[in-house]
Amino acid sequence: MNLQIALLLGQDGLTNGAIYALLALALVLVFAVTRVIFIPQGEFVAFGALTLASLQAGKLPGTIWLLLALGTLIAAIEGSLAMRRRQFRRIPVILLVNCGVPLLLAGGLAAISAATLPLPVQVLLALLLVVPLGPMIYRLAYQPVAEASVLVLLIVSVAVHVTLIGIGLLFFGAEGSRTPSFTDVSFEIGDTLLQGQTLLVVVASVVLIIVLYLFFERTLYGKALRATAMNRTGARLMGISGTLAGMLSFTLAASIGAFSGILISPITTIYYDSGFLIGLKGFVGAIIGGLASYPVAAAGAILVGLLESYSSFWASAFKEVIVFTLIIPVLLWRSLKARHVEEE
Amino acid sequence: MNALDNPGEKVVVLEVSSLSVSYGKVDALHGLALKVHRGEIVTVIGPNGAGKTTLLCALIGLLPARGEIVYLGERQGSGRSVEMLVRQGMTLVPEKRELFAEMSVWDNLLLGAFDRYRAGHRDQLETIDEVFDIFPRLMERREQMAGTLSGGERQMLAMGRALMAKPRLLLLDEPSLGLAPLVIKEIFRTITQLKKLGVAILLVEQNARAALQVADYGYVLETGELSLEGPSRQLLTDPRVIESYLGLGGRH
Repeated sequence: MNLQIALLLGQDGLTNGAIYALLALALVLVFAVTRVIFIPQGEFVAFGALTLASLQAGKLPGTIWLLLALGTLIAAIEGSLAMRRRQFRRIPVILLVNCGVPLLLAGGLAAISAATLPLPVQVLLALLLVVPLGPMIYRLAYQPVAEASVLVLLIVSVAVHVTLIGIGLLFFGAEGSRTPSFTDVSFEIGDTLLQGQTLLVVVASVVLIIVLYLFFERTLYGKALRATAMNRTGARLMGISGTLAGMLSFTLAASIGAFSGILISPITTIYYDSGFLIGLKGFVGAIIGGLASYPVAAAGAILVGLLESYSSFWASAFKEVIVFTLIIPVLLWRSLKARHVEEE
Repeated sequence: MNALDNPGEKVVVLEVSSLSVSYGKVDALHGLALKVHRGEIVTVIGPNGAGKTTLLCALIGLLPARGEIVYLGERQGSGRSVEMLVRQGMTLVPEKRELFAEMSVWDNLLLGAFDRYRAGHRDQLETIDEVFDIFPRLMERREQMAGTLSGGERQMLAMGRALMAKPRLLLLDEPSLGLAPLVIKEIFRTITQLKKLGVAILLVEQNARAALQVADYGYVLETGELSLEGPSRQLLTDPRVIESYLGLGGRH
């Protein structure tokens, strides 16, 4: 391997690593706040990418049907709860938020041809279609069992994951899609060509990480999420309900997932089930961070990206094996290092 | 502030009757009745395991309870939740403090105003100044992580954080627990100060003497039932209370 190949592989690894880092952060966030191991994280990557692709192909993305269906289901549940509690004034709001907004979105998409819209608008539309699925899935699948054990929540995650994969196949078909590059700029550094898209992925990831950092450090809602992760009872006593914290963290996780999918779809072809593997690699990063430390999780995810890219050069058949085997020494090191401190 | 304007009129903040709480088949509380007025400190004293913490947890909605709870003139239905009660101005300072250990004192206090902020009140900075007036020590420690505070400071922070919600009813669970006598004195002095702000306080304590000295009215809770009640001055001289809870000065 010469320097040029090394640089090329490094560039590739960093790009993928940046995406894995975003997903690792989302996984740590969701676990810290709700104790859910969010296996369906990867599906949001695939849904984000494929929704954008079908918008660009001038098709009505299938995710709109999912949005409508989940919205109707939630409206039915919340509506009957409000009836039982005689809070009739809440019903119009429930209907508007859960059915009205998706219907409006569907109507808008049917009326205009999304393929002709400028790229930023298409990206925004794709995010609008995919991100609400996060809190909706929380409401339907996780909120009723929010107090259950981590194992039960994990089983729910597996179920949600399998369901979403099936729905993805139904909506987007078995063929993969790749969206056109956001930018055609490329730079030459020595002998290596640096693609603009690659740079964009890394810069966008860094910006998103900074935005997340500011959200958690500077805003009261961000602090409320951190507080819930630290002390659930304490947070509840301040009026920060588990439901609010869950909804908020799932919204963030869905945004991060969909955004990551949109970022990588010009680089890799995304299939309905590609998200799972991408999410799993983010998960390896999150595990390196012990599902608790954001910086270590991000660093771990970048390590995963680099390891993956270099092992694809030396032993491409064993690429995935090498990446996932990384978990074993990490877990070993973690369990040896862990001190069993009794909590107060 | 109406109650303070006409001290003759007593506004009932909380009225509980035939309250029962059970853990599975075990009755932890049975047929309790008590009342708290605005601007009044009411204490519930009793030995370990009498159900004092259970009572407060049931009142704030952390535990399911049977019986009638009327808060601010409204009967609490089965749909009541911690979040709803917090929104209506009930705040609990729990026995374990439940602080956000890895956050600064300042952030802990800010989060105390979370629900008010969410409801559209953006006066948290003024409220923080008011809390710093009551607990100047918190002002000095504002950058420090809550987990590094001393026991007394933690209790102050827990109370300050609760005050950030501008409560109408403050539930205090064993504020003296694990604190040095001098610190206890300071905490109880603050509790009497809070009364002047017009907050109704329900104080649950094992330290019966200290609690009865600051309270207006007292209840004695024994194995899940109220055995005695009366104005606290009266309870302080009641031979049954002296025998079981106060002891004679020289006896121990």
